[in-house]
Amino acid sequence: MSPPATDGWVRLHPLSPVLRGGRLVIPAVLVTAQATARGGSTGVRLAVFTALVTFGAVAAIVSWLVTRWRVDGGTLRIETGLVRRDSRQIPLSRLQAVDIVRPLLGRVLGLSELRLRLAGSHHGDARLAYLAEGSAEILRARLLALAHGLAEETPAPAELPLFHLPAPRLLASTALSALGLTGAALVVVAVTVVTISPPAAGAFLAPVVGLWVTAWRRLNSEFDFAVAEAPDGLRLRAGLLETRAETIPYGRVQAVRISEPLVWRAAGWCRVEVDVAGQGQVRRGDQEGRRVTRALMPVGSRDQALGLVSRVMPWPLPASTRPPRRARLKSPLRYHFLAAGFDGRAAITQSGRVCRATDVVPLAKVQSIRWVQGPLQRRLRLATLHLDTAGRNVHAVLRDRDAAEADWMMRQLTDLCRAARRR
Amino acid sequence: MTTDALSGGTEDGWRRISTRVPRLRLVQLLVLAVPPFAALALGLGVAGALPAALVVAVLTAGLAGMTYRFLLARYRAWGYHEREDDLLVRRGCLIRRVSVVPYGRMQFVDVVAGPFERSFGLATVRLHTAAAATDARIPGLDQAEATRLRDRLAALGEARAAGL
Repeated sequence: MSPPATDGWVRLHPLSPVLRGGRLVIPAVLVTAQATARGGSTGVRLAVFTALVTFGAVAAIVSWLVTRWRVDGGTLRIETGLVRRDSRQIPLSRLQAVDIVRPLLGRVLGLSELRLRLAGSHHGDARLAYLAEGSAEILRARLLALAHGLAEETPAPAELPLFHLPAPRLLASTALSALGLTGAALVVVAVTVVTISPPAAGAFLAPVVGLWVTAWRRLNSEFDFAVAEAPDGLRLRAGLLETRAETIPYGRVQAVRISEPLVWRAAGWCRVEVDVAGQGQVRRGDQEGRRVTRALMPVGSRDQALGLVSRVMPWPLPASTRPPRRARLKSPLRYHFLAAGFDGRAAITQSGRVCRATDVVPLAKVQSIRWVQGPLQRRLRLATLHLDTAGRNVHAVLRDRDAAEADWMMRQLTDLCRAARRR
Repeated sequence: MTTDALSGGTEDGWRRISTRVPRLRLVQLLVLAVPPFAALALGLGVAGALPAALVVAVLTAGLAGMTYRFLLARYRAWGYHEREDDLLVRRGCLIRRVSVVPYGRMQFVDVVAGPFERSFGLATVRLHTAAAATDARIPGLDQAEATRLRDRLAALGEARAAGL
């Protein structure tokens, strides 16, 4: 348990500095080992190493000493910083998602990090690193209960498993993805070139390492992927070495995208991603932050995808219609899958040639509607409608509709969105 | 094209931006874009290459005239319509756009005036929603109109605010 401080303020777990400092030890050892291997005065290098580690340890301990948090009514307050005091107040009603992240070393020590995603936050996620595993889960249930306006002591509700990703399918789908195919092509080229002139092998080192790192990151973050449904939100769990458990409260999903790359279509596979509100720019150096949308299903059949989408948006998807044939002149490739439609609850759009993307946006989440007509579209009597959402990168685009139809759709959508907002 | 309220017609309720905007654009054009070319023409003239100087001068005048005509067309395309529940903004002559921003979705409203706009007593009103793609702004408003619009939008936004 975390040691209590005064007036409801709580410190992070006492082992947090070990975990934070622990990340520094390995690079320090590597640097020293490399330097020692090259020769030179071992004593001096050892002194430098010790100084570095001591400095890191002191910094981590001080950071732990000055950081404290408390839940205060509907807000979570985090105070940190020795020189520049930083006090953050997090209104839980604006909570968009909660993650529990367990790095490898954290799993060994029984610690986890709690990350809170907020809408319109310029500072990235709010973090509590680290808490004891059990108390992180209790705190998550407490924060989610507060976010839903329930009593603070509401216990974490039971969950219903919806989807689990078997490891062989993850491996097969990664091999068949753009990443895997690029890797295979690279290996073929490398083997050919090296057979002809062996000294060229060095040139392939960097791309191979790069691909391997990307593939590893993907496998690590999507291994053993599982989705479960609980009354307080969708639970996403995944990870090989570092595990993550994310919770997306209901009603926070701004858009859903089902994407079907060319090769996957042959196998009947697709990927489902959900878009949650948040600012576009994320703190640099945050590996996970760069993933702008989160996968709800890394790979699965279309039936599974539709099943999951119906859990996020519990209503039948609207039917879509094709744009007029003359749209082929404006979007020659994209025309193949181009379609769009809407009803009183959601809009659905389809596009893409190599990778078919189906986007669904609930009308209640639409922020603004834009009607756009370029010069070519004007000649062809076409127009495009955009439905903007607060999501980071998915928004519905009803592309290349007949101009008169687009006018009608715009008026319809304006009224339907207003009604959906008030519902 | 159709002439209804959405795709940019002449129906009642649409307001135009200030009639001083063409003069503002002319001044911006003359102060910001023309001088380098004029200097080039003058330099050539002084150096004695009179035909080249004339060609540059004529080309500059022609280009400036065409740009001004384009800016005039853009000026005419701007319009906004305050409806009961949302604000419509239309703009653009090459790529035409109409944006619908519901009052309940507005996060905040900016009034900005650069040095040129300020010297003409004009300002730009910019609307922000939670979506980064929303691009509703109205330039070249009289400062009094800009303030009125900002206050009205802020009041309506507060009254109709809807959660994310």
